[in-house]
Amino acid sequence: MITKILLAILALVAAPILGALISGVDRRITAWLQSRYGPPILQPFYDVLKLLGKEPMVVNTWQALCAYVYVAAAALSVVLLFIGSDLLLIFFVLTVGAVFLVMGALASPSPYSQIGGQRELLQMLAYEPLLILVFAAIAMVTGSFKVSAVFELSRPLLYDIPLMFIVLGYALTIKLRKSPFDISACHHAHQELVRGVYTEYSGPYLAMIEIAHWYEVILVLGFCGLFWSTSVVGMVVLVALTYLAEIIVDNVTARLTWRWMLKSAVGMGVVLTLINMIWLYAQ
Amino acid sequence: MLGNLINQGRIKSPWVVHFDCGSCNGCDIEVLACLTPLYDIERFGIINIGNPKHADVLLVTGTVNQRNKHVLKNIYDQMPGPKAVIAIGACGCTGGVFREAYNVVGGVDKVIPVDVYVPGCPARPEAIIDGVVAALEKVKGLLGMTA
Repeated sequence: MITKILLAILALVAAPILGALISGVDRRITAWLQSRYGPPILQPFYDVLKLLGKEPMVVNTWQALCAYVYVAAAALSVVLLFIGSDLLLIFFVLTVGAVFLVMGALASPSPYSQIGGQRELLQMLAYEPLLILVFAAIAMVTGSFKVSAVFELSRPLLYDIPLMFIVLGYALTIKLRKSPFDISACHHAHQELVRGVYTEYSGPYLAMIEIAHWYEVILVLGFCGLFWSTSVVGMVVLVALTYLAEIIVDNVTARLTWRWMLKSAVGMGVVLTLINMIWLYAQ
Repeated sequence: MLGNLINQGRIKSPWVVHFDCGSCNGCDIEVLACLTPLYDIERFGIINIGNPKHADVLLVTGTVNQRNKHVLKNIYDQMPGPKAVIAIGACGCTGGVFREAYNVVGGVDKVIPVDVYVPGCPARPEAIIDGVVAALEKVKGLLGMTA
């Protein structure tokens, strides 16, 4: 019980700090790939501190509530992951947060925010089945949806369900809104629909969304880490390689249309899952 | 202490939004040149955010005329404080060669308060970066920061 409480506190405090550092390194590597010098590693902290100090400006009070629920849900899902809870529960908490982000965007009549919200819904429609498929595959190997069950395995999940790792990588790219799936909003200078789903959030509420994004980075990288649960070094190496590949894909690809995203994500996800399931049965 | 940290964040992360108020596009090209790898303003945490609701600094190029002065005022009002305005180029500062024209109001400061003027026709990217830095110095003074 004590270790669980300690892990929960670690998740609440360390996860956003680590997530911000990862975002800082991401921006630095992106700059390097574009032959620029790039901002300091601590830049995400400066951005959020500044946003926290800005004058609060909301379209309506629901929007503020939505930002708070979004960050709370993101934090809770990371806590649940760290204490080894149920994968499906984590998924539901994550979804509730994402829906509130969209509701906040749709709470304003601004066309940019409206279309951004609709596109975010489409992104959710693309990554959620993939995540469920990945969790189902993990449950087939471990016999339980518990995260803690993954850590009782004698060999890494990657040996049994390597194709599901590719599916997870696809879902990760859509969830983190990285190119080619930065359809609802974009973190880079090439804007889409002004700022898409983020357009109407400003000041401290945008800071909340940034912090929620840090939690989500840790959450999806945590899912990747589950695939090498037998050693800490292996886990770190796998996560680092995955994120590096993510940054490179982010920089070399152009934005897709939502139709392309839906077709490729669901089509590829189902095919790879089927192959992997047949392989699991044949073993 | 949190106040100090927030002030430091303000200095290190000025997000800009660029509004073309009827410029000949000379200054606009120079503003966008600041984003290129040659000048790379992201080194200083400056991002061209394209959304007044997220921006801290408003860069205005070109003369203000009777039709776009409302748009300029609207964009300025949408920015949450603390905020700064930088007028870029001869036209943005004073109205430039168009200041006598019947439809021209004049420089940006006729409509909204301007913190820093960056002269030039067009203003060079170095001068624009200097302008943003000068605006930050001004903000530092207002916040009572010494460093």
